[in-house]
Parts: sequence; C-alpha cells; structure tokens
Amino acid sequence: MSDASTLNGAAAPSGTPSGTPASTAPRDFLIGKSRWKPAEFAFWAVAVGALFALPDRHLLLNEIAILGLFTLSLDLILGFAGIVSLGHAAFLGIGAYAAGLLTKHGVSEPLTGLLAAGALAGAVGFLSSFLILRGTDLTRLMVTLGVALIFHELANRLDWITGGADGLLGVAPGPIAGLFEFDIFGTTAYAYSLAVLFVLFLLARRIVHSPFGLSLRALKDNRLRAGSLGIASARRIVAVYTLAAVYAGIAGALLTQTTQFVSLEILDFARSADALLVLVIGGTGYLYGGLVGAVAFTLLKDGLSAITPAYWLFWMGLFLVVLVLVGRDRMVERVRGLLARAVGRRA
Amino acid sequence: MTVASESSIALETRGLTKDFGGFRANSDVSIAVRRGSRHALIGPNGAGKTTFVNLLTGVLSATAGSVLLGGEDVTRASPQARVRKGMARTFQINQLFADLTPLETVALAVSERLGTGAQWWRRLGTRSEVVDEAAELLTRMRLGDVMTRRTAQLPYGKQRLLEMAAALACRPQVLLLDEPAAGVPEDERHEILDMVEALPAEVTVVLIEHDMELVFSFADRISVLVQGALFTEGTVDEIARDPRVRTVYLGEEVVHA
Repeated sequence: MSDASTLNGAAAPSGTPSGTPASTAPRDFLIGKSRWKPAEFAFWAVAVGALFALPDRHLLLNEIAILGLFTLSLDLILGFAGIVSLGHAAFLGIGAYAAGLLTKHGVSEPLTGLLAAGALAGAVGFLSSFLILRGTDLTRLMVTLGVALIFHELANRLDWITGGADGLLGVAPGPIAGLFEFDIFGTTAYAYSLAVLFVLFLLARRIVHSPFGLSLRALKDNRLRAGSLGIASARRIVAVYTLAAVYAGIAGALLTQTTQFVSLEILDFARSADALLVLVIGGTGYLYGGLVGAVAFTLLKDGLSAITPAYWLFWMGLFLVVLVLVGRDRMVERVRGLLARAVGRRA
Repeated sequence: MTVASESSIALETRGLTKDFGGFRANSDVSIAVRRGSRHALIGPNGAGKTTFVNLLTGVLSATAGSVLLGGEDVTRASPQARVRKGMARTFQINQLFADLTPLETVALAVSERLGTGAQWWRRLGTRSEVVDEAAELLTRMRLGDVMTRRTAQLPYGKQRLLEMAAALACRPQVLLLDEPAAGVPEDERHEILDMVEALPAEVTVVLIEHDMELVFSFADRISVLVQGALFTEGTVDEIARDPRVRTVYLGEEVVHA
C-alpha cells in the first residue's frame, strides 16, 4: 500500500502517468553520460597549455603523456572489463622494440612506426587474450606475469636483434609525417605524444560510452547475468584485451621514438607494477584515472628523487600505503557529495 | 488433457541427470512443457530445483540426458546461445548489475537481442528503438520512476522486478522464473505477484517455487521434484489432492494454503 503511494508520488512530476511524452528523458539520461564535462575541457586545456607555459619541462611532460597512455590502456581492461594484469609491460615492450627495429632498418617515419608497433602488440594481445578468458583473478595475474617474463627473456636472449641487456641504441626517427623534426628540448616529443594520447583517448572515450562499453561494464559487474542476457563474454574480452595491447604498443613506440633508444628495462616487472600503482593513485573506470595518476606519480617520483635521490622509493611506498588506507574513493566521494549538495541547492 | 503434438512442446528434458562427484543432484528427469503453459516445478529444499534450472539454461552441463528447446536439442549449447534461441531466466538470488541503472541493464539486454550490443562506435542512447523499448518495458514493470537510479540502491522488491524485466527484455519464448518472490517483504509482494500474473500469455513460463500459494494460484501444471528425481506430475487439482505430495512437504515446512 505504502509502496503504491510512493510510486504514484514519484511518477507525478515527470509528466503523465502513461509515460508516452516523457520518453525523451531516458534517452537524455543515457546520452548525458557521454557528454563532455567542464572538468574534462579544463584537463586538456591544461595539458595543451603546459606546452607553452612550461617550455623547460617538455621532457618530463612527454614522459607523463606516455605513462598516461600506457595506464589508460591498462584501465581499459582493469577499470572497464575487470581483468587484472601484472604483465601489461609485455605490450609496451613489444611496441617499443618494434618501433626501434623498424626505425633502425630504414622505416624512420614515426607515424608508420606507431601503427606497426600497435599492430604487432595487438596481434600478440589477441593471441594471449585466450589465456585469460577462464580462471580467477589470481590465475590471470599469474598468466599475464608469465607472458611478460617470457618476452623479457626473449628480448634478453635475442641480443643480435634487440641488443640484449645493452638495449637498442642509435634509434634515429625521422621527422613526423616528414614535417616535424624531434628536438633536444622534447618540445616536438611532447606535442607528438600529447596529440597521440588525445586521439586515442577520444577513441577510448567513445568506446566506453558505446553499447560495447556498456556490455564490458556488465561483464565486470556480473558475468553470470551477462551470459544470461545473451552476451558472449569471451569475444568482448578478446576484443578489449587486444585493444588495450594496441594502446600499450603505441605507448611503447612513442617512448622509443621520443627517447631514441630502447632499454631492456621496458619489459621489467616494475613497469607493469608501476602502471597498477598509477591506477591506484588515479582511480579506475573513469578514463582519467590513468592520466591524473600519471601526472601525480611522475611528479611525485621526480620531486622525491630530487629531494632524496637514494630514498625516494621509501617515500613513494609510504605515500601509497597511506593513500590506500585512507581510501582515495572515500576522499573523492566526499568531495563529490559536497559538490552535488551545492549544485542541488542551486537547482 | 489433449494429446500434445511435438511442435506444441516449448521445452522438454529427456533423462536429464547431473552428478556432483558421487552425489546425484538430478536423476533421469523428463518433463515436457507445452507452449504457452504455466508450468510449476516444485519440491522441498534440496530437491534439485536450482540444479535443474542450471541444466536447462546451460550454466551447468548435464552428466546425461538432453534439453530440447522448441524441438531443437540445445544440450551442448552455451548459456548465451540458449538465450538467443529463446530461453531466458531470473535468479532466485538477485544476479543484477549493481553499478548499472535499470535503464542500462534493460537497454543492454535489448541491444544484445537486436544484435547491436557489440557496436563500439555508437553513443549509448542514440538508438531510439533500444531506449524506447527499454523505457516502455521498465514502465510496464513498475520501474519507470527508478530506471535511472543505481541498481544497488533500489529496494529489494524493485530489484526482483528488475530480475524479471531483464529476462523479458530478451523476448523469450520460454521464461524460467526461479522463486520470483523469494525474500521479498510482505508489503512489496503483491507487486511481484501482479507482474507474474501479467506476463504475456504467449510466453511459456516455468515457475520454480516452493511457495504453494503462489504455485496453486498461478500454474496450470505442476511437476514435483524430490531428491533430484521427478516424483509426480499433473494438473493443479491432481497435485493438490495427491496425499503423497502433502507427505513430502510435511515435516519439511508448513504448507502455505
């Protein structure tokens, strides 16, 4: 009885009870979720502004943009599809070596290198995605870790191709699209990395707000129910894992092209772990977590290692422990709650 | 009872058996559900009802026997393939997307049915046939006023309705309702029962339930499972008068009648 009255009461303001003229409201709700928010414009304005405002920090900014892209790619599988990985650096490394070798063997145009690196990393991602279809989070952690270890060892042993532990030196990319030469200040590098990041971000943003993206969130939330609505989960997971590998491969290629060498360290476990840390700092599942986290992580690392070159990892560790214990989500929720109340009062 | 021809059977099992290690949860269960009927599957706790549903939907694979949907053998088909062939279900314990809204949940099911669920280039909400159908279904299921709220925040009764709405969005020929009113507080119960009564007549409904009041008011035919095997089957009157069925339930629980 009380239920029925609340029902009518709540339905009344939205128009006629039959609901026919009010049918644009659901559409607006769904479309509204993918509408650009002011904070997003601000974020990208700052990123572009930094190109002009911080001319002596372009190398660092370039590093941030590339880490942001790498972490964005991890967010695609972790934040949106719920797939944990401890071996995402495998794809970063494959892209980095692919771009480096391509440049050394005559194809020095960077955009071509990006596409080739993305394609190769994507192909490896596609094949390895079948290994993570089944099993628990723990098995996925172990499988992804194992795959990354295999590639690390391959790069180490195939030293006549990769340079082994010495790395791949003397990578000299040509001008981007034959127009923009890389410079020693990293200005071209940052502009290039930021442009690539932005384009891939736009694509990722469209994908997560599409029916495909919705089905990924559903899979992450409840795979049993997703299956019982007719969703073939395996295909969706293969698709998003492949996409994430392409993104990571492109990030690796950007790193090679803008730093002009490849170190074996790119396939280290620490790289994969760093990406997870960045997502812990920035948050998963809203696309900006990897980017915001990359800014925070890099600045923190840069700042701490300037203050205490020997002990920066100690402080970084302490920061992470405090962050996780206090709970970033709780802090963000509180800020969001205050904002919502302020907006609600105005409305 | 008229003699049912092959094509009038919507769902059939033949000798369906499931072993878990040494334990036989379902043993040689053969039932035939006529198209458009309201077929109840009852039995005391632990009778193997939920195992049976999981075999029907493909969540579990059968040790022996077969499942036929509209005459087609689907025993080896995946759960999602069975959904596409026209079988949908609800769950006894809510299996919903806690972080999605009811609108997103139902829109997801509708786009999946229309084959547009894998489109990555379209913005969500730009296909009006999907949104309109989802909104219309939710309104009909008395979820119109909460369709844009997070599912986890909905009252339990509303979540039970969403269980049904999500299944109906698949436009099933056969709908399996696994204890639709389970756990719903008394004052929200009538809403669930109304919706069960109002299910489209052309949809064949298999109701898994041990609430006898609901079964007797809703079903036209009843199969009784006991200890994993088909104990007896008949019309509502036959089952209601069968003293053996009462014996099975006595001691198990008080019969709501």
